[in-house]
Amino acid sequence: MIPGVSSATGGTSAVAVQPRRLSWQLAEVVEVVPETPRTRSLVLEVAGWKGHKAGQHVDIRLTAEDGYQAQRSYSIASAPEDERLVLTVERLEDGEVSPYLTDVLMAGDKLELRGPIGGYFAWEAKDGGPLLLVAGGSGVVPLMAMLRHRAAVSSDVPARLLYSSRSYEEIIYRKELERLVAQDGSLEVIHTLTRSRPKGWSSYHRRIDLKMLKEVGPPPAERLLAFICGPTPLVEGVATALVEIGHDTLYVKTERFGPTGGGG
Amino acid sequence: MGEFRLDGNAAAGPLREVFSFEVTTAQYSCVGCGRTDRLGAAMVYEVRQLGTIVRCPSCDNPLIRLAHNREGYLVDLRGTRYLTTG
Repeated sequence: MIPGVSSATGGTSAVAVQPRRLSWQLAEVVEVVPETPRTRSLVLEVAGWKGHKAGQHVDIRLTAEDGYQAQRSYSIASAPEDERLVLTVERLEDGEVSPYLTDVLMAGDKLELRGPIGGYFAWEAKDGGPLLLVAGGSGVVPLMAMLRHRAAVSSDVPARLLYSSRSYEEIIYRKELERLVAQDGSLEVIHTLTRSRPKGWSSYHRRIDLKMLKEVGPPPAERLLAFICGPTPLVEGVATALVEIGHDTLYVKTERFGPTGGGG
Repeated sequence: MGEFRLDGNAAAGPLREVFSFEVTTAQYSCVGCGRTDRLGAAMVYEVRQLGTIVRCPSCDNPLIRLAHNREGYLVDLRGTRYLTTG
């Protein structure tokens, strides 16, 4: 008998592989950090957290006094190497969950969460690159976890982030991205602003399109790993354009937000 | 209550309530068209509070239907020939 595998006839073996149950657990909010007018980062202490891969998410469950429960998924923003788990949450006006997380929650509060979840939209430095990350709005969150992981392990995998925001004020992690670029010659961050732009803005100021991707992305001859995260129309537009340019769909991974922003 | 089209990844949480392995990196084979791919690359239609349908991106065949209520789950796998992990 192979160690660790229970035989069909031998009953339950004590060394049988235990299914890893995904269960709800309590997290404590250590800090709430404002990122932009509409986003906050929640720094969490999760007892017994087993670690995660950059790109994974957690589910958060809120329970009202009458027992009504609402559950949403939020991407993890922190690197696996970071001491604490960080989620960055965008406030959605008609959301059931996000206004509570961004406006009401304070340090010391407790939250129910489960995770890490997902493994498809995830990147580890050993997966290599070059990396092309394309984000729309708060879609940057799981991609930031990848860039933070890449920096934490001093990976020299070439990486480019093309990041679409509505305005300069709404660029999440703007200063940290500037810092990362300044200290790392193999990282490029290219912004585009779709609604308003400050005076003297010299970068793109339109929605991401095929022409922009051709200018920004590596040529199709170069096999890349692409991760696209944002609202559904952006993700589908970018994924289609990348394939049109000639990139292999196998290496283009997407994570769409629903019309409520993937969170609510 | 809208229906949302998302990636297979979005169903990872609900599917982990019934599967003990990470499903988004598992390979499926579609009964409809024979496509094999990772479930994370399939399309997910999620009806809030009611359930989740994972569809094949090539032929729209429902691969997995997952519905739940207070009593338990309904898992319909007739659109999937097999799932493999590893």
